[in-house]
Amino acid sequence: MKFFGLLSVIIVGFLLLSATKDFPNWGDEDSPANSGPVSSFYIEKTEEKTKVPNMVTAVLADYRGYDTMFETVVIFIAGIGIIAVLRTYGNNESIPKNQVGDEGAGLLARMTCSLILPFIQLFALYVVAHGHHSPGGGFQGGVMLGASYILLALAYGLARAKSCFSEKRTLVFAALGIFIYVGWGVLCLVMGSEFLNYSALDSILPGGVEMARSHSMLAVEIGVALTVTAIMFSMFSNLSTKGRLDKGL
Amino acid sequence: MDIIIASFLEDSIVPKFNYWIYVILMMIGLYAMITKNNLIKKLIGMAIFQTAIILLYVSVGVKADANIPIISHHGEKDHVEHAQNENLDSASEGSSHHGSKKEYHVIDKNKFANPLPHVLMLTAIVVGVSTLGLALAISQKVHGSFGTLEEDEILDQLRPGGHD
Amino acid sequence: MTDHLPILLLLSPLFGALVCVLFGKGNSKNAWIVSMISLGISSILSVFLLLKVLSIKGGDIRYRMGGWDPSSGYEVGIELRVDILAALIVLAVTLVGFINTIYSKTRVPAEVGEKGPFFYALIQLLIVGLCGIIMTNDAFNLYVLIEITSLTSYALIAMGNRRAALSSFNYVIMGTIGASFYLLGVGYLYIKTGTLNIDDIHTYLENENLWTSQSIIVAFILIMLGVWTKMALFPLHGWLPNAYSYAPSMTGTFMAPLMTKVMVYVMIRVMLWLFGADFVYSEDSVWGELIVWMSVVAIVAGSFLALARNDIKKMLTYLIIAEVGYMVGGAWLNSLTGQAGAFYHILSDAAMTFCLFIAASIVIIRTGESRLNAFDGLFRKMPLTMIGFTIGGLSMIGLPPTCGFFSKWYLISGGIESGHWEFVVALLFSSLINAVIFFKIFERAYFGKIKGIKEEVSVADIDMIPAEGIKSVPASMLIPLFISALSVLILGIMNKNLFSWISNALKMING
Repeated sequence: MKFFGLLSVIIVGFLLLSATKDFPNWGDEDSPANSGPVSSFYIEKTEEKTKVPNMVTAVLADYRGYDTMFETVVIFIAGIGIIAVLRTYGNNESIPKNQVGDEGAGLLARMTCSLILPFIQLFALYVVAHGHHSPGGGFQGGVMLGASYILLALAYGLARAKSCFSEKRTLVFAALGIFIYVGWGVLCLVMGSEFLNYSALDSILPGGVEMARSHSMLAVEIGVALTVTAIMFSMFSNLSTKGRLDKGL
Repeated sequence: MDIIIASFLEDSIVPKFNYWIYVILMMIGLYAMITKNNLIKKLIGMAIFQTAIILLYVSVGVKADANIPIISHHGEKDHVEHAQNENLDSASEGSSHHGSKKEYHVIDKNKFANPLPHVLMLTAIVVGVSTLGLALAISQKVHGSFGTLEEDEILDQLRPGGHD
Repeated sequence: MTDHLPILLLLSPLFGALVCVLFGKGNSKNAWIVSMISLGISSILSVFLLLKVLSIKGGDIRYRMGGWDPSSGYEVGIELRVDILAALIVLAVTLVGFINTIYSKTRVPAEVGEKGPFFYALIQLLIVGLCGIIMTNDAFNLYVLIEITSLTSYALIAMGNRRAALSSFNYVIMGTIGASFYLLGVGYLYIKTGTLNIDDIHTYLENENLWTSQSIIVAFILIMLGVWTKMALFPLHGWLPNAYSYAPSMTGTFMAPLMTKVMVYVMIRVMLWLFGADFVYSEDSVWGELIVWMSVVAIVAGSFLALARNDIKKMLTYLIIAEVGYMVGGAWLNSLTGQAGAFYHILSDAAMTFCLFIAASIVIIRTGESRLNAFDGLFRKMPLTMIGFTIGGLSMIGLPPTCGFFSKWYLISGGIESGHWEFVVALLFSSLINAVIFFKIFERAYFGKIKGIKEEVSVADIDMIPAEGIKSVPASMLIPLFISALSVLILGIMNKNLFSWISNALKMING
């Protein structure tokens, strides 16, 4: 088995490397990908059409927004799938609240966590909101926000984190995030244009057509951040308790 | 002989070293996925494989001496104002045709890295994380049912039951 | 309103899934109702979409997300493309989903328990993914949607018993390898062409005449390997029998007809629209030969392995592997009849497999026996189920007027036309083996004694036996069987119309 695996890996490796002889060099500016019409359009025209300096966010949330919607659905599926596979509904609801779970980490960790946690959350919200002008956006901020709740669970015990972010609430937030994204696209449909065509919202949102795109990108990124936060915490709580949601790590 | 090797290195490998490194990483991950016995080691191989693919894509978008793909307006206030004044004069003459040049200076596309691979790989990272999470949940369930994470031990538990 | 049909029929199950998730645990009845409504709306919209595409007479509907129009000749955003081929398969997917939801009404509480709403949410998201794959025109979007279908199917399969979790893990490993190969292939194409839209890639390759460049050939091989892994072409089929047999029954009945067939559709799309018929057929004609021989091996191996099985569901999954061989061989035959035959076979195989899987699940659940001796004397006990199974079996053998006969007819004509006699021989041989398999079952069912002998059940087979048998088969399980058996006959009767639509669409792209 090992020999067969090694042989197939070597064959595939040679196949992949044999194609590199007509690839562009590292850092080549004239390669088809770097100088092609599509990328040139993205770099040159993004700021004037959408007034968003961060080209990556503009491509992610506007030009290829349909793809990003499905990316959010992927992470939603991961969270729902983990619940569907692992979750067992025992009778742990009958355990009284002050006996369930553990006490979390030691005193030093708890003090540090309680000092740092608000700043982490604030920074995460900043990353979501400032994604237009600096590296950031919905996914990045959402992961940080979810990680802050995981930090709460590690420091204070899962029961404490669950009291902030119960299972029902995670599911509501996750569905709400995707609902915002898809709902925004349906709003564009209702205004008479194609799905996710933000310029149709020019009449509702302040500013011109470009600002409508910029505001819509922000709305859509907020939806993404909500879903990612909820699913990150849900994945952690299910994986660390093997679906029972009683004792944390 | 040395000259042949040196020229091969110089022409084929060094200018394209990014492809070579990442393909070798991919093959390490693929080998782990296929041949390892422990389920978690297979998942680690999967993570290595997917990460190497992501790095390969990102390395495609690199341009020499290029900045990150974010247009920064720091220190360019003078240029923008200058261009604004200039174009306002021409606009007042009635040429509203060049609306796009009214406030924006021409952007040199070679100053910025290619944004498209970054976007694609944001999606690929999320997909990789989701697959890893789901696979870990499935392997936890396997461990709960069979008591072990080694594939040969699991197959031994099933084998005395006959063919399948 | 009708302009937005493609996206509306995708959004309906997506909203349905979001609502189902909010129901929480245990609320399977409400989730079922929501699921029926959303999939019903989706099926009706897909019928309208088919009518609209037919009225355009040979064109296709283009739908651009975000409204970025390609005035400079290249696409900047993502577009959907719906032509007659896509519309037919979308109709098949949504209809099978809707009918399967009827079937799952009583099975979900029994097999999945309190996690019913999550099951319905995952199935609807799977349908969203499949419809998205069929309609998209962007190579990277196709990868994301393939991953959506893969992730939902990993979770849906792992919801079963203990062997289901292990088979799902194997499926995870193999499926990830396949999808990653596809992603690498798309990456290589992007490095050489700089765009991701399928039509734009084709135009660029035409203009720059890159057909002989090593990287394009490698990209083609990688994409093909990835798609073959996901459609279980022999010898990359190792994950399929265990995954579909041990899954919960309502998962198996949905995934068996659809998942591999949609991947065959992806392969045909990539072959004809992305790379073009000139590259695929005349470039290195040694490939065409090689792949047709591979499909011959797949057909023969699948049929033999099915013959050797004593277990109903495993036998049916090996028949699926043989059917995948038909379709891959038909598509690579370099003849228009063969391609159209392979496409028609996608539709007919979906109907046949659906019918057979539902009948097999009903038999296993009712008799509590998962091996072939469950069929002893079954005609007296469960006549309706047996009639449904008979229709499916006759279609697999290839007797008129079922659709299986016509699809085999077109594939054999294509094989004769292009001179691939080995393919014709393999098709006839597989019909023979199917006849042996099914007539053995029919003999047991119609003329055998009702089962009285208790044979020894082995340890491995215990996982196949459902937890509780049922006393009588409820109507919600028989209605899907009737509808699918009826569709097998309807597809056969309508074959002339369908074939002419399909070949017209393929004629245009073949040039």
